[in-house]
Amino acid sequence: MRAFPTLVLRELGMQFNSLTGYVVIAGVLLLTGFSLVDLVERIRQMPHEAPVTELFYQTAYFWLVVLLVSPVITMRSFAGEKSGGTYEALMTTPVGDWEVVLAKFAGAWLFFVLTWLPVAGVLLVMRQVTGEAALFEPRVVAVTFGGIGLVGSLFMSLGCFASALTRSEIVAAMVSFLFGIGLWMLGYRPDSSGLLPGWAAPALEHISMTRHMEDFSRGLVVGRHVVFYLTATWLFLFLTQRVVESRRWK
Amino acid sequence: MDQGKPIIEVENLTKRYPGRTAVDDVSFVIGRGEVVGFLGPNGAGKSTTLRILASYLPATSGTVRVAGHDVFHEPDEVRRRIGYMPENNPLHLDMRVREYLKFRSRLKGLGWRRGRERVDTVLEQCGLTGVSSRIIGQLSKGYRQRVGLADALVHEPDLVILDEPTIGLDPHQIRSVRSLVKDLGKRHTVVLSTHILSEVEMTCSRVLILHRGRILAADRTEDLEQRLSLGGQVVAEIEAPAAALMDAFRDLPGVETTDVQPLDGAYQRVTLSPKNGVDLRPVVFGEARARGWTLRELTRGRRSLEDIFVHLTRGKVKEE
Repeated sequence: MRAFPTLVLRELGMQFNSLTGYVVIAGVLLLTGFSLVDLVERIRQMPHEAPVTELFYQTAYFWLVVLLVSPVITMRSFAGEKSGGTYEALMTTPVGDWEVVLAKFAGAWLFFVLTWLPVAGVLLVMRQVTGEAALFEPRVVAVTFGGIGLVGSLFMSLGCFASALTRSEIVAAMVSFLFGIGLWMLGYRPDSSGLLPGWAAPALEHISMTRHMEDFSRGLVVGRHVVFYLTATWLFLFLTQRVVESRRWK
Repeated sequence: MDQGKPIIEVENLTKRYPGRTAVDDVSFVIGRGEVVGFLGPNGAGKSTTLRILASYLPATSGTVRVAGHDVFHEPDEVRRRIGYMPENNPLHLDMRVREYLKFRSRLKGLGWRRGRERVDTVLEQCGLTGVSSRIIGQLSKGYRQRVGLADALVHEPDLVILDEPTIGLDPHQIRSVRSLVKDLGKRHTVVLSTHILSEVEMTCSRVLILHRGRILAADRTEDLEQRLSLGGQVVAEIEAPAAALMDAFRDLPGVETTDVQPLDGAYQRVTLSPKNGVDLRPVVFGEARARGWTLRELTRGRRSLEDIFVHLTRGKVKEE
């Protein structure tokens, strides 16, 4: 794993050396800004008992950002290198398949987390303006960011997998968007239709990302949520490694 | 300790893609210090063979060993020993030259200090010192090619594999890349692919001619020269009457056949084949001087690569 830090830095560098990285950051900031306005409006209309983080993550903005931005961050990780030919140059150096997969995932995940850091700034500004320290408990904020990190790891691993499947960045982005939105929709109000068999609703409830995020944004660390994200991330990374390795089966 | 042992041993290598066979039962051995050219038209299986040597693609059957290590079972051992420049020389265009070479040296297992030393060395060796802080995407194709070469050399590999190193370059750039490759031959074993005949002649000590996935011929470059020279045939353009030329050359000792074809003005093209490989050029010049004829061109007849392919494949068909 000697080349791992070098590869991670390269992945981050690739985001910052191109316009895409800045477009992603700008997009997140724009949507975060909208959600802030929305949040202030809500707080004004009703007395706030819930922490601000909870209100924030219950708005559609958060999911809009995650669903739209993740495919853009990960689409180039494998597909871009394949279409540019640098994949061949990479895979003929003495680095292992797992090293490459983990580095690409780690680079994408770090960038994802970086794009969310300005949100911490937004929360701080709110605290300054309202002067309500109770609304911004450090523990709640920390758990919320932990939740963002976990959601991010699932979406980044899924994006890496989609990117490893193809040579086209556009196809990679579309596949990871479809997977992402599919997974998210499955758990979005799973019991609302009343058409599902009895066992399905609790199962879907278990993978409901909106429910998970509700808990995280209240400052609750729920073990099975954490396990869900870690296993799902591992699953997609495992699949990615198999795709990368598959060139040696052909 | 490996001195004297071949660096590449390929036995019965076959690579099939769905619907076609790219490399068909190929065997060859390349010794240390050789500069070997894979010559063949597009689709002959050159790139596929090189990709298998570089342990990027697995073979369908057969064994390939580089420095005694199997490319499929010990890919890391193989990769440490080779510097591979893929076809079209892919580079990270957003990086700066030095930054890119440092990045590649880390991937190839060099430590920080050693990496820095080696990057400085290859920058110098490939004439890149002046552009080391430029962004690769803003460099000319010739410079990019040098960056690719520098990358292939940065970890001091035993074997350098270059897939079409001069493709898409202008004549000036081709010349500078060729001289770099020639220099490499002094310190490394070099395997390169090309579809340009003169490239092999200028840079390689040995040539493997590939056609439709098979090796048609494996020659030392001098022997290739023999094949090319059409048995020492000489072509001259002389200003003289055709009949006089015929008379002058037909009965000279050493001349096997004579052919005279009219050209523009009073010039004639005289084509002479020698008996047992005699060089007829001095004879032709002496004859022209003695008779006061104007001689405007005197060359040895050469086959083109296409002629060689036709010649070799015809031979194959007859054998079969």
